[in-house]
Amino acid sequence: MLAFKLAYRNLMGARLRTWLNVFVLSLSFVVIIWFKGVINGWDLQARRDTIDWQIGGGQYWQENYDPYDPFSIDDSHAPMSDAVLDAIKQEKLTPMLISQATMYPEGRIQSISLRGVNPDQKILELPTAYLVSENDEIPAIIGERTARNNKLTVGDYVTIRWRDVNGTFDADEVKIVHIFKTDVPPVDLGVVWIPLEKHQKMVQMPNEATILTSSKEAGFIGPIPDWEFKNHYFLLTEIREMIEVKSIGGSVYFVILMSLAMLAIFDTQVLSIFRRQKEIGTHIALGMTQGQVVTLFTVEGAMHSILAAILAAIYGIPLLAYQASVGWTMPAGTDDFGLAIAETIYPAYSLGLVVGSTLIVLITTTIVSYIPARRISKMNPTDAIRGKIQ
Amino acid sequence: MKNGQLITIQNLVKDYPVGRGYFRALNDINLTIGKGEFAGLVGPSGSGKTTLLNIIGSLDVPTGGEANVLGQSIGSLSTRQSANLRNHHLGFIFQTYNLLPVYNVFENVELPLLLLKMAKDERHNLVDQALDWVGLQDKRKSRPAQLSGGECQRVSIARAMVKSPRIVLADEPTANLDAKNSHNILQTMEKLNQELKTTFIFATHDDKVIQYLHRKISLDDGRVVNDELIDKQ
Repeated sequence: MLAFKLAYRNLMGARLRTWLNVFVLSLSFVVIIWFKGVINGWDLQARRDTIDWQIGGGQYWQENYDPYDPFSIDDSHAPMSDAVLDAIKQEKLTPMLISQATMYPEGRIQSISLRGVNPDQKILELPTAYLVSENDEIPAIIGERTARNNKLTVGDYVTIRWRDVNGTFDADEVKIVHIFKTDVPPVDLGVVWIPLEKHQKMVQMPNEATILTSSKEAGFIGPIPDWEFKNHYFLLTEIREMIEVKSIGGSVYFVILMSLAMLAIFDTQVLSIFRRQKEIGTHIALGMTQGQVVTLFTVEGAMHSILAAILAAIYGIPLLAYQASVGWTMPAGTDDFGLAIAETIYPAYSLGLVVGSTLIVLITTTIVSYIPARRISKMNPTDAIRGKIQ
Repeated sequence: MKNGQLITIQNLVKDYPVGRGYFRALNDINLTIGKGEFAGLVGPSGSGKTTLLNIIGSLDVPTGGEANVLGQSIGSLSTRQSANLRNHHLGFIFQTYNLLPVYNVFENVELPLLLLKMAKDERHNLVDQALDWVGLQDKRKSRPAQLSGGECQRVSIARAMVKSPRIVLADEPTANLDAKNSHNILQTMEKLNQELKTTFIFATHDDKVIQYLHRKISLDDGRVVNDELIDKQ
């Protein structure tokens, strides 16, 4: 306790020198917490949007389905059993049929993923209600990325060509009835959504599907023969790994930032121990052991981080709170690599994040303060009193 | 401790390593110092007076012989025990004052009491009393950089005296002061010695200090060459 009292008194006495170090360290606090908050916010938003738009409470995949293998897509379909149809009626599942196709916007050839979905489904946020059609036209909805890339607008007709279950090519025109906006590129980029029933007729796969998406409430509804259940952990792997990669990338900035702050503390400590030899000797003469003086100097260094945490709280909390409310607008095209990322990310801060970051900075500062302070224990007190140590 | 003797030194030797050999700073020192003495270790530079003062202050240890301070053998004390001895019973006054620059006068004087873990009220009363002794109440909020050399040394005396130590060790306390300030300082210390019966031991070669001493222990080349009581009547 005495060490804290004296360290506080020493730091307050050192005035500008102390506050410069404290300010640099507080910047590290705020930037680290902000960056981690952005990553957290992105993670939360990406998971939430992916669940809402794409994976619901989990998915049953037809056992041959492999989204990364284009050669098996056409074989990845199976009839839906009565039990599955019952679950669909009860809105626990919604089926999706996937086939490869090509689209000819303005005469160009574009590969697409043609997906049939129930227009009346309520499990996903896809605006499938637009697919309700009472004539022979094939209504289609697409995401705005696909619309932009193919220069399509609502009301446009575009030719698509596909192969049916027998391998026979067929083609027809679809009408773009709606263009939706989503933060989840996998339901947008290169995907054309049409009514399931029409899709099944087009490819001659009546009552068949590739994926059965569970509602968030239902989740795993028990094993279904020929179908494999994929839970959130599996389906969100890409997001998780991308966030981890981003976190690791962010760590480089933390290390640089922390190194600068720690260098300032280390420098201050080394300089202090050199300049304050007489003070060290005086403390010993007044009755402190060398160990106690080492503790005093270590606490003094470490206390920079406590003051920095207080300063960071003073200007950081309003700053981060404001930022969390207005969000961080991402540059256009940030999500073109296919990961769910919103136009605006709202950083998410948690108590664990703040406490964890504070502890990391506190522990690092203490270690950095202790290393030069150890030198005090090797000092000869009589030389220290006279400031004779070189 | 016999008959009020606070310090007993017998056959004391102190060597410092120099190259492959050693330099003998103190050689066969024998002396005793009693309660309430106002004594000085006097001699030219290099005579060993500061070394002897440091050993008495348990800041250094003898190479041979025995230095017994307040019943404790300096050579056999652990780091903690010697710190404890300094903390409770010894006060130091340095040539260059050694005040903590970031503390004000009050805080500098308070520091030894903080180390003694004394209660706040008691601490503040004692600091006030010490500042009264040295006449620096009006400077209590000043920092050392705002004080003259004489004032700094008075703060240093207050810091040494605030815990009412049994022995005060002063190493060249007037070396950085002019004649007027030197006399002021010495008069203050003499008054405290008489009123509080605190033992003062100086290491000095300053005639201004020597004229105030009640006992002059002369050292030369690491040996006591003369030890005389000075009649102040």
